[in-house]
Amino acid sequence: MARIVVDPITRIEGHLRIEAEVQNGKIVNAYSSGTMVRGFELILKGRDPRDAWAFTERACGVCTTVHALASVRAVENALNITIPPNAELVRNLMFCAQYMQDHVVHFYHLHALDWVDVVSALKADPNETSRIAQSISNWPKSSPKYFADLQKRLTAFVNSGQLGIFANGYWGHPAYKLPPEVNLIGVAHYLEALEWQKEIVKVHTIFGGKNPHPNYLVGGAPCSVNIDEANAINSERLAMVGQLLKDAKEFINQVYIPDLLAVAPYYLDWAGIGGGLPNYLAYGDLPTNGYADVAKFKFPRGAILNRNLNEVFEVDGSDAEQVQEFISHSWYEYSDGNDVGKHPWIGETKLNYTGPKPPYEHLNVDEKYSWLKTPRWKGNPMEVGPLSRMLVAYASGRKDVQELVNSVLGKLGAPVSALFSTLGRTAARGLETILIADWGLEFYDQLLANIKNGDTRMFNKEKWEPDTWPSEAKGVGLSEAPRGALAHWIVIKDKLIDNYQLVVPSTWNASPRDPKGQMSAYESSLIGTPVANSEQPLEILRTIHSFDPCIACAVHLYDEKGTYVHQIQTF
Amino acid sequence: MEQKPLTIYENMKMQGYNRRDFLKFASWMAAFIGVEASGLGKIVRAMETKPRLPVVWFHFQECTCCSESFIRSSHPIVSDIVLDKISLDYTETLQAAAGHQAEAALHATMEKYKGEYLMLVEGSVPTEEDGIYCCIGGRTSLDILKEAAAGAKAIVAWGSCASNGCIQAANPNPTGATPIHKLISGTPIINVPGCPPIAEVMAGTIVHLLAFDRIPQLDGLGRPKAFYSRRVHDTCYRRPNYDAGLFVESFDDENAKRGYCLYKMGCRGPVTYNACGVTRWNNGVSFPIQSGHGCIGCSEANFWDNGPFYQHLASFPGFGIETTADDIGVVLGVATAAGIAAHAVSTNIRKKKLISEEIEKNRIARIEKEEGGL
Repeated sequence: MARIVVDPITRIEGHLRIEAEVQNGKIVNAYSSGTMVRGFELILKGRDPRDAWAFTERACGVCTTVHALASVRAVENALNITIPPNAELVRNLMFCAQYMQDHVVHFYHLHALDWVDVVSALKADPNETSRIAQSISNWPKSSPKYFADLQKRLTAFVNSGQLGIFANGYWGHPAYKLPPEVNLIGVAHYLEALEWQKEIVKVHTIFGGKNPHPNYLVGGAPCSVNIDEANAINSERLAMVGQLLKDAKEFINQVYIPDLLAVAPYYLDWAGIGGGLPNYLAYGDLPTNGYADVAKFKFPRGAILNRNLNEVFEVDGSDAEQVQEFISHSWYEYSDGNDVGKHPWIGETKLNYTGPKPPYEHLNVDEKYSWLKTPRWKGNPMEVGPLSRMLVAYASGRKDVQELVNSVLGKLGAPVSALFSTLGRTAARGLETILIADWGLEFYDQLLANIKNGDTRMFNKEKWEPDTWPSEAKGVGLSEAPRGALAHWIVIKDKLIDNYQLVVPSTWNASPRDPKGQMSAYESSLIGTPVANSEQPLEILRTIHSFDPCIACAVHLYDEKGTYVHQIQTF
Repeated sequence: MEQKPLTIYENMKMQGYNRRDFLKFASWMAAFIGVEASGLGKIVRAMETKPRLPVVWFHFQECTCCSESFIRSSHPIVSDIVLDKISLDYTETLQAAAGHQAEAALHATMEKYKGEYLMLVEGSVPTEEDGIYCCIGGRTSLDILKEAAAGAKAIVAWGSCASNGCIQAANPNPTGATPIHKLISGTPIINVPGCPPIAEVMAGTIVHLLAFDRIPQLDGLGRPKAFYSRRVHDTCYRRPNYDAGLFVESFDDENAKRGYCLYKMGCRGPVTYNACGVTRWNNGVSFPIQSGHGCIGCSEANFWDNGPFYQHLASFPGFGIETTADDIGVVLGVATAAGIAAHAVSTNIRKKKLISEEIEKNRIARIEKEEGGL
């Protein structure tokens, strides 16, 4: 049996390795490994809880802001802080901006080259390309001349002999199905999206001062509103936010979604590949009546088991029996055994690297093989991400989601079961972006209305001073990162962090097997995936990229036997 | 058949640009980097004769915020850099190929352009336990770094991870996270700190290398002077509030709504060298202080361990706006819970005297140092 190793998996965040066994042109077994670790939780211990957002935000620079949001919520939950409505709206606006940027970048820059053959675009007829482009969208950059110029630029690039980021791609692989003209549209929008994405993030810059890694604040948002002051959020700053949201919605509806719908019909076979786990988890997000009122979230919270869309289970982050982490195949050890699960409030993190000595050819997959722990919900492996969010919303009876999903499935002539697949995952990401673009504008209008009505509050200072805190407190902050369900758990003792645990989307999806041998989402989804040429693992990339991997934050801390023999040698 | 790489000028010609367009582009680039008109000829010649610079970009212990920041660049825009100015032959974030094919692209460049390629590093390198905390393709990052650095023309250490160690090097630095300059010698290293660095600062560093074919002037910590010679405090538009003793006392209070100085809220602007106050972020839209939060000092070494972010600095050295990090040495911006009296807030009049004293003191110290060195 051939063992394929793909390491590094590129066009992702972080360091991910896939080992897969192929028999008769199909994957029969797969192993997913996170190969880098930094040690966040140990570093957080003993720090000021109000600083935790800045530390945890650095878990990931691709889905920047999401950890900051989960962190301030965890601290606010522990200290019983309610933030003002405007601060909630600002957080929601930053959330929406992040989704739009992240999903578009994922589609074009991290995922598209799995479907779009750049070299084939050189053969496209610019007139035909223009005709197709104008038939799917009103986007103005669609003239024959525009595509001819782009093709010329691309030809010059290829002829230069320096292929740069396109070097050694899988061009000409039989799994590429798009006609040259659609490939050329893909390349054009790859470049346009690259230029566009730097605009929408300015919403973060206005409210949080910079992007990546804007600033957050426990108790609210750091930006003050004063419509009569140049040094605060005033009409000019708000107008810029409004314009950015409008432009983003236009790009999403006129470029991203039409492209998604134009490409999908050529790859409908991928609606039957890559389904993987039958269980879906979403924590929900985008509060419209405060973080405590979960029923009013735009994205609902819940869990689906065995693809049964008639029942949505309740999810509770503080229930010790629900979310637990296992380490039987991860390079850690627990004080009470290798096979037990631990709720994050009592999570332990003790390093135990038992992998092969580098350089190595293969990991020892029968033993421990990853720096990721393995989270389970009531013992079940769960998929998290856009597909889970859409399914939980669909099954919860959310009309806006049901209408959108049904209309797109109708257009493609596909049944609901088509969603449980690689293509379904990629489509769900696009669908929720349509919703997010609308919701962003709703939040914006609401913020303006509040200010007009005289409410400019952005910060609740009641519990800012540590003197006001209890000697012990525990909190959990739940959120939905673009890649899926994200939660931070904090234990505060004597005004400092006593324990801090992150269980992030890619830990759910990319983790190794649990003690029962159950696979997590990546491994499970690869089973049955065809591999035409084991030297060119294009199909593996398609399915893995459909999850939008983000590994740096998925890796946990270890704490080497409780004590550190080495000193800090760096400084 | 081995194809000869095209020069930047040839490239532009093939794309349908004429000589005039090319010269316009060169002069625009010159203006961007602030070159005098007399320096333009050099840029034009450089672009006429050089193939696109082969570049390899490594990711070690990092969060990819540097790559994300880089693609936010507005001048030049990143697709122009990647398609027209450099040849980005290895980057885990963007490249089409994965696994063996990606490694093959990397090694092809390292062999073909030995001694000529530019190496960009994002992330620190863990050194504990023989480096097992970061492996790529079954090899440790330490191993990969050393191999690639040996053939590089120069290294740019992107961000605080690669130049200072950043968060994973914060106490207790569990993995032995180490910045690049502590591991590599013999290859020039440019440190571009920040978490992340400003997009246009990253692009500007690349443009500088391309246009002038030389390393920009660096300060004592290896940072380009063009972007890291001024403290955020000295270039902050809220500075007059500091000088006048007007401070935010609590987030979102009346003073915050007027945009007063954030010093008492823990702002690290006085001990942070970066271009945030000048270049600002995301094409000049804002920067942390303008958006109401103090600077957390993300471009300074050890910034995670310099006290809680919301405790204000007890004192900071160097009043003069003319002083650079080299003049006053490495700044220790340690926060304290002590009252603000520890650092008397000065008026402009008092300040002027202090500034002149400080400059004089630094000038003398520098002369003494130089003489001592002879």
